[in-house]
Amino acid sequence: MNLFNIIEEVEKVDPEVYGRLSDRRSVIKNITSFGTKVAAAALPFAVGTMFQKAYAQSGAKPTVLEILNYALTLEYLESTFYNAGSAKGTALIPAQAASYYFNQVTKDENNHVAFLTTVIKSLGGTPTAVPTFDLTAGNGSGNGPFKDVLTNYQTFLAVAQAFEDTGVRAYKGQAQYLTGESNRVVLTAALSIHAVEARHASAIRQIRGLTPWITSTATLGNDTGIALVNGNYDGEQNVIQGGVDVTTLKGANGGATSVATATAAFDEPLSMSQVLALLVGSFIVH
Amino acid sequence: MKTEELEKVGNANMARRSFLRYAGVGAASVGLLATAACHKNYYHDYSPTAGVDIGSGDYGILNYAYALEQLEAAFYTQVILTPYSGISDSERTLLTEIRDHEILHREFFKAALGPNAIKGLTPDFSKIDFSQRSSVLGAAMAFEDLGVQAYDGAGYLISNPDYLTIAGKIVSVEARHAALIRNLIAPGSFAGSDVVDTTNSLNTATEIKNVLAIANTYLKSKVSAKNYGYTA
Repeated sequence: MNLFNIIEEVEKVDPEVYGRLSDRRSVIKNITSFGTKVAAAALPFAVGTMFQKAYAQSGAKPTVLEILNYALTLEYLESTFYNAGSAKGTALIPAQAASYYFNQVTKDENNHVAFLTTVIKSLGGTPTAVPTFDLTAGNGSGNGPFKDVLTNYQTFLAVAQAFEDTGVRAYKGQAQYLTGESNRVVLTAALSIHAVEARHASAIRQIRGLTPWITSTATLGNDTGIALVNGNYDGEQNVIQGGVDVTTLKGANGGATSVATATAAFDEPLSMSQVLALLVGSFIVH
Repeated sequence: MKTEELEKVGNANMARRSFLRYAGVGAASVGLLATAACHKNYYHDYSPTAGVDIGSGDYGILNYAYALEQLEAAFYTQVILTPYSGISDSERTLLTEIRDHEILHREFFKAALGPNAIKGLTPDFSKIDFSQRSSVLGAAMAFEDLGVQAYDGAGYLISNPDYLTIAGKIVSVEARHAALIRNLIAPGSFAGSDVVDTTNSLNTATEIKNVLAIANTYLKSKVSAKNYGYTA
């Protein structure tokens, strides 16, 4: 791989790339320095991190209220979805699945909406309005790719799973902005909701007969068998954690660590813009 | 016997060495956790059952996580070595996968913390009957729920955003484990009211001292957290 070509390519779409990465000379210096210190296999990650840091700086760090309203938007979507499903009764959801799974999940998502609304108000903010949703992902047409979502239980399960797994990723993506003692309460609450979403994701994946955790391949994050949600799972195939390719670490009995284990053992975050790009114009009417 | 020795590893130092070679510990810019100077707050008593203290700061919290992952990895390693009576193929597969996740979490923290890592801990599973499904799954549930509560309760003590994200990547997998184990014990209990409150639907978050008081009942080498108000 040729690092300089990559930077040239980026420069074509972002003429300010060198400015973002500091000045050109130090870019080269950094790359050279990385190159001497890092094994060749780790180089793509080193470069990725460099760009990630450069671009992260171009967007302002979200405020706590922005994060909470973003979370509330996601919870509105989930609660609207489960409330609509529950309203269909056994015409959509088998009675046993309702009593074992969906009654709990529906209650939790409604509780999250109420909780976040209260927290936002208590911080002097204004809870964002409920967006217009299209549960078929048709951007208001009601005729999107999941058009039988409220009449076909398998479609309902598939969308539920995508929402839960995406919700886990969305909360995870915001934790980094909530460090520090002043954010203690909000971070702990966000992590606590995050864990509940992961419990839901696990349970719904169990109903669908999948592993409760996301088991990606080296090239495809999505393990749901539904290509339409590839974007929701993209990035889950990552095996680099903290600069370490975890497939190089020792597995059980001293053996190798497989990509399946490496990807399942770590869930990956999504940024706010990534999540909104997945939802706005499909599930959230734009 | 230390937790990782339960795996009957042929060459336990192998992966460690290859990590060092791979990431190059001399290259402080590479290993995520290898940047800060080595400041040790830990005991250096290497007798197998001596106590340890997690230390302070981000390394303290990461060592706290490392301690819990060591415990979980040792537990599932034993579960797979001596499966309970009547284990189904499906349960064996799922529990093996969980074992592998926990081993990887442990190895990740060990590699990432490098010289700042606490030592390998010696478990005490004398209260667990590994031949009985109910005993094993009950312990698994306790470990998984405890792990989730520990990460949720200690997240705010992590100051580095990157470390916090990594903790987040792990805690949701622990929650996925917890939900599975709970459903194996009682279908529909994946978010039971003993772990998720019924008013706000928040997972319980637990302070370090309360987590360690429970974890230590499964450890011969007791873990303390003096900087967080707990001495074993």
